[in-house]
Amino acid sequence: MTDLAPPAPGMLEDLRRRFFASPLQALVSLLSLGLIALVGWKLLNWALLSAVFDASQGAEACHRAAGACWSVIAARWRIILFGLYPYEEQWRSALACVAVVAMTVLSCIPAFWTGRRIAAIWLAGTTVFYVLMKGGVLGLSHVGEESWGGLALTLFIFVATCLIGFPLSIVLALLRRSELPWISRTTGLIIDAVRSLPLISILFTFAIVLPFALPHWLQGDKLYRVIVGSALFFAAYQAEIVRGGMQGVAHGQGEAAMALGLSYWQRVSRILLPQAMRNALPATINQFVISFKETSLVVIVGFFEIIASGNAAYGTGEWRFAYAEVYTFIAFIYFVFVFSLSRYGAFLERRMSVGER
Amino acid sequence: MGSLLRNQKARNALLQAVFVGALGSLVIAGALIARQNMAAQGITSGFDFLFKPTGWEVTFSLLPAKPTDPYWWYFLIGIINTLFLGAFGLVTATLVGTVVGLARTSSNDLARLLGRSYVDVFRNIPLILQVFFWNALITNLPPPREAHEAWGFALTSRGLYVPILNVHGLAFAGATLALLAAIVLPIWLGRTTRLDSRPEQRRPAQLGTAVLALAGAVLILFLGRLPDTSLMSVPALRGLNLQGGLRVPPEFTALVVAIAVYGGSYIAEIVRGGFKAVGKGQVEAANSLGLTPWQVFSCVRLPLALRAMLPILANQYVWLMKATTLGIAVGFADFFMIVALTINHSGQTLEAIGILMAGFLIINLSLAALFNRINKAIALKGSQLRG
Repeated sequence: MTDLAPPAPGMLEDLRRRFFASPLQALVSLLSLGLIALVGWKLLNWALLSAVFDASQGAEACHRAAGACWSVIAARWRIILFGLYPYEEQWRSALACVAVVAMTVLSCIPAFWTGRRIAAIWLAGTTVFYVLMKGGVLGLSHVGEESWGGLALTLFIFVATCLIGFPLSIVLALLRRSELPWISRTTGLIIDAVRSLPLISILFTFAIVLPFALPHWLQGDKLYRVIVGSALFFAAYQAEIVRGGMQGVAHGQGEAAMALGLSYWQRVSRILLPQAMRNALPATINQFVISFKETSLVVIVGFFEIIASGNAAYGTGEWRFAYAEVYTFIAFIYFVFVFSLSRYGAFLERRMSVGER
Repeated sequence: MGSLLRNQKARNALLQAVFVGALGSLVIAGALIARQNMAAQGITSGFDFLFKPTGWEVTFSLLPAKPTDPYWWYFLIGIINTLFLGAFGLVTATLVGTVVGLARTSSNDLARLLGRSYVDVFRNIPLILQVFFWNALITNLPPPREAHEAWGFALTSRGLYVPILNVHGLAFAGATLALLAAIVLPIWLGRTTRLDSRPEQRRPAQLGTAVLALAGAVLILFLGRLPDTSLMSVPALRGLNLQGGLRVPPEFTALVVAIAVYGGSYIAEIVRGGFKAVGKGQVEAANSLGLTPWQVFSCVRLPLALRAMLPILANQYVWLMKATTLGIAVGFADFFMIVALTINHSGQTLEAIGILMAGFLIINLSLAALFNRINKAIALKGSQLRG
């Protein structure tokens, strides 16, 4: 019996088929290759080959070099990461960031995906963060919110936004699905109004305008007002995601639960929400990703978060030319957080679509 | 009372009344306190301030603006600036997104790798960081004396200089409108049912309107020529600065570049999703009919993908429109920055915020309505959409 399969193509033949099958293909391949080589070489040369890493020579060495001046990071990383936090206490700020990262990683593990466990992890993580940052107990010295800054402040605003915004989004989604027309319509109006506004205008309103419209005893610190504003914005978007998830739960489920005599709260907490959250999970992760990136907007209402501290790090005297290095460093930090979170979201989406088949 | 609470209808009515009443009284209480606080500072509430002169200057304006102009004029300038920046941002982001998205759906591994790296890098860095970066990059460019110059363009720390026609501003606006008409009218003529009875007249009518509108644009430009000047104004070095041409301020350039790069990475994903949504069977059927690869792309894949993309694209455009508010981070006088400055200078907090909300509501609703119409107009009828 003869082997009918065509002979396996050689390596050259394989390359030709993949990249040079037609003149157009060849052109696209060559252009892409050229672009990759050019950008790759320029980046490599700038970031590594011609770069200055040694901080001991100060900014002078950088003026002579053609590449990146990483010594600005070596000299200023503390101000970028911790802002104006007291120098001797900055280990607390670092530890607090680690606590938040640990909390996020834990809540990505499916074993913790029950309402109670997630809530426990997030409350514990936030408490650890808050105690470490603020101090005043356990022999830690007191550090007021006005001197929080850098990465720690960014993480705090993000976590607090999620912690307030997530439950609020479920409440809003339930209210919007209410059978009572006035309740669902009013909630719908609020959600749509918030969604149609830019986040900056909401942050601005909560930070600067709201004190006019609140009695003195309710004003609180500007930081917490901004967090409430950003939580409201998060909740308005997340509520629509949750509502979409709820619409995906079959009608029969609710009816069956009703026929079994379950009360409204039992139906919501045992039947509706677990299935709705599962449907809404990929979109929810996506919303967390967007929300983390948008935390950076608080720089506009005058907070010393990571971008503002970056501006300060290169803004003075000798390092004035080193903006690209500082922004690259901050972009890298954001990239690590956002990219891993969105990869995780994509992984979940694949995993869940396998489960459905 | 007890029986009233047991009555389902009465209970529902009561519940709703309490909910709406509580929210309403919160809003009213806030407004009352705000009025009181403002009165304590000697600010009278109401919209009278709209007709008072502002007393401060705007940094960027397409319309003539001076500090003696009233507030309503400044708000108009802000809205026009926002729309102007938004239009530039949307068009450039769509161009970038289409190229990158096509690269991502290409059958070529290298092109796919390029597209994917682009999306992964730029989508995961906050927009405001990118705005700051480009702004710092441009303001750190060499001064006009050592500018990078090419083809009459010049890139300096004071912004981008482009050559322009020596015409009056109004003539320029009129010519832009005429050019738009040259594109829109033929499309409308191609679709209108009024010409259905005389299909042979469609082509001539389209050609005729296009030529007429183009001629109109040229005529308007000719009439609006500034006397005693050359046809084009090209930036050239005089002393320490560049003279002539049009200076695009650094903050505007930075915003457009950032929105194009960041928005482009999102639109690329939408484009990719649109092409992925085209049924495999459709493409196979087109191939088996003997269509060339270009025909398969332009007559089958593209039209179907476009329809799948459009609703998501509309959302993205609304989002990008809102992103123009980042102008305040680098000092571009967009609508939001004008509102913020108004609050600073006049103290008319509630009114200014109300105008801001109304402005964005109108912009977003009109964008959404426009896209709904386009969506309806191009929707496929019948059951041809099966994969």
